[in-house]
Amino acid sequence: MPRSVNLSHASPRDVAAAISRSRRDFLRQATGAALLAPSALRAMASASSKKAVVVTFGGGARDDETFHPDGQDNIPRILAELAPRSTFFTQVINHGILGHYVATASLATGVYETFNNFAAVSPGNPTVFEYFRKDLKRPATDAWVIAPSNGFNRIGESENKAYGKGFGAGVILPKRLLAAALANGAGADFNHLLRDNYESQAFSPVIGGNDVELRQLADIFKVSVADFVTHAKSLASPDELSVYIARQLMKQLAPSLLWITLHDIDVAHSGAFSLYLEGIRRSDRLCADLWKTIQSEPEYAGKTTLFILPDFGRDSDISAGGNGFQHHRTGDATSRTTWMMVLGPGIRENHIVERPVDSTDLVPTLGSLLGFTPSLCSGHPLLEVI
Amino acid sequence: MQPSQLTAESFKSYPPKGHALAVANLALLQVLPLGFVPFLLKDILVFDWKFPIEQAEMTNQLSYLNKLWEQQRRREMEPFASLKLNDKLENSDWVNQPAQFLEELSAHLWATRQMDGFRDASESYVRKFNGSLPTEQLPAPRLGIAVFGEGVNATQYKLFRKLKRSGVYFSKVNPEKGREMIAETLKARALAHEIPYAHWCVDGADSGASLPGFTCVSYDGLNAVRSKLAAMMLKAYEATTFDPELLRTTLAAVTPEAVGMTDSGDGALDRFQLSLLTEGSGTQIYSTTFVQWAAREALRRAQPLTIFTRYAPRQKERTMDELLNVAQKKTVTDPEGSLIDGDMGAYYTWINMRRLPGADAARFLAWFEGHGEAVAIAPGLKAGSEETAPIDMAGLLAKLA
Repeated sequence: MPRSVNLSHASPRDVAAAISRSRRDFLRQATGAALLAPSALRAMASASSKKAVVVTFGGGARDDETFHPDGQDNIPRILAELAPRSTFFTQVINHGILGHYVATASLATGVYETFNNFAAVSPGNPTVFEYFRKDLKRPATDAWVIAPSNGFNRIGESENKAYGKGFGAGVILPKRLLAAALANGAGADFNHLLRDNYESQAFSPVIGGNDVELRQLADIFKVSVADFVTHAKSLASPDELSVYIARQLMKQLAPSLLWITLHDIDVAHSGAFSLYLEGIRRSDRLCADLWKTIQSEPEYAGKTTLFILPDFGRDSDISAGGNGFQHHRTGDATSRTTWMMVLGPGIRENHIVERPVDSTDLVPTLGSLLGFTPSLCSGHPLLEVI
Repeated sequence: MQPSQLTAESFKSYPPKGHALAVANLALLQVLPLGFVPFLLKDILVFDWKFPIEQAEMTNQLSYLNKLWEQQRRREMEPFASLKLNDKLENSDWVNQPAQFLEELSAHLWATRQMDGFRDASESYVRKFNGSLPTEQLPAPRLGIAVFGEGVNATQYKLFRKLKRSGVYFSKVNPEKGREMIAETLKARALAHEIPYAHWCVDGADSGASLPGFTCVSYDGLNAVRSKLAAMMLKAYEATTFDPELLRTTLAAVTPEAVGMTDSGDGALDRFQLSLLTEGSGTQIYSTTFVQWAAREALRRAQPLTIFTRYAPRQKERTMDELLNVAQKKTVTDPEGSLIDGDMGAYYTWINMRRLPGADAARFLAWFEGHGEAVAIAPGLKAGSEETAPIDMAGLLAKLA
């Protein structure tokens, strides 16, 4: 049985509240943000021309190493460049299973999925991509997912019979693409881009899902395999590869709904704190770079809303059943409570929302923003950003 | 199968002491719910290889449950009895494979959204059990010492940012003969309190220094075992379909003999060392993770009076395949990263010490090895303060006395 511990006299709720308070206070100081009542804001562009990019800041980062005063060194660009332009939700609670695939699938369906995190299955409920494409009659090229490893290859399309086949997003698994591109050798130079970690599914030729094959590389990205490999050589991590792919996709196809799942941070499962911090710093940089890309790409500038949120947190230092930052196994308040920032046209800047919201609220919020109806999801639109 | 169907025969494959304990408490086990009994059996199954303090704790727990009035016990067990399990769990061999049952139970509780209630019930139960125990006077306040930073000449990283809040930050420590002075302090404690498993040393390489009276585990000392386990893990990673849960179950079933561990004559310690590599995550590949986890487990299980941890440079991050391929190439180390790992690991060791009885009297020292920075924590030292006057290691250690 887990041992009971009372290191401080604070309950998890107290701890969560304190974290929330410190984050809020910091943001106030750093950005001059005001706490205002929720209000619906009208976006500048019409629903049909709007675009959304969702970035999961993963997998799993704690407040301690991000917005807490101890962690602010690790997210300098988010704090300086993104936070002042965002509406920031201080408490996004994930009430579901804290495994990366199942949690990301839950974010994408707006329903807490309950399948085995390590199983190669599609979500049971329709995904945001299916709602988007079916309701708005969008082509397959208008919704894409870029995901870290093979375990995510089925995330683009659900098993739901009313949606499912033919309505999902294209899924790009950059590591799989790169591995295929390297089939003729020279792999040793790229191992850092192909790495997986403890709780991820290692690269293996799993078949199924909507993932893009190597032969489609030239068609979609307009780059040759040789150019792709050459560019990949200059990158430092799997997440950098994902963002590189995202940029190519934005340039060539300009999808209206783009979902990028970052995962470098999950190296924390190895127990090396320094590597976990490196992952957070890299994610910080990549998020800021993506925002810059959104601002500079004509197809995106002025009409794109960016959502950044971790899929969940990690265990608290004081939770006796866990081992601090290393895992997300206890289900304590720290591992369930995280944040979300939303940036884009019509989104109130320097605005902090303190009320607790739910991870499943993302899909209906995207629905309200883009104009589709996620009829089977359980969350509620976040009125502060629609 | 339900606990009410248990008989003495059910435990025939248990080792002798565990078997005797289970049979002696058969009537109790029969009336406890299925959502609870396997937690007890997991420990009873390996009771023969538990440390003395763990054996006493297990016996106390069974005694606590036996002494509860029936109605009290029913009330205490109600949250576990009301868990909604499934046929697969009920039909599994939870008597002989309780650890596997618990893995599956955990997945089931997450999937059915019963995990939060279960965690609350577990914590409440343990709180009540701990509250039933008499307060025991320790022969000496607990002492923890953590040293890290080997191979780092200078760093921009803000060390001790968490530990500073609990103690005094010293910025002008004379590092000369620091290691030797620490060793003398440790030896003196072991000599003054000759208690089995009361003094532990965990080393990220192999210190070579002898600490009489200490139970020592080291990363290098388990090289051969790590190689064999790494080969097993590599095979799992390279399989057509990688199944992390299956890998965990496979590792949990590994015996000392299967990985060529020689019988040291201390079954409890042999099993403990093996468990660090089979149950820990990352302990097989990063020496810094090994030290942090080993210290955590030593504190949790053996509840030592003294714990000394020394972090050495871990290998640099590479792909999982490369990391597990021990024989592949020369190891490149990451001293700066290891310094950061050690700093956090020291903080976790302090937290884990605080979880044990006598926490308020505990002492702790964390030192950037070979440098002038350290944090000392003790009842008489002002938390969150800073000391800029020069001090040598002997002076620092004296503040912990």
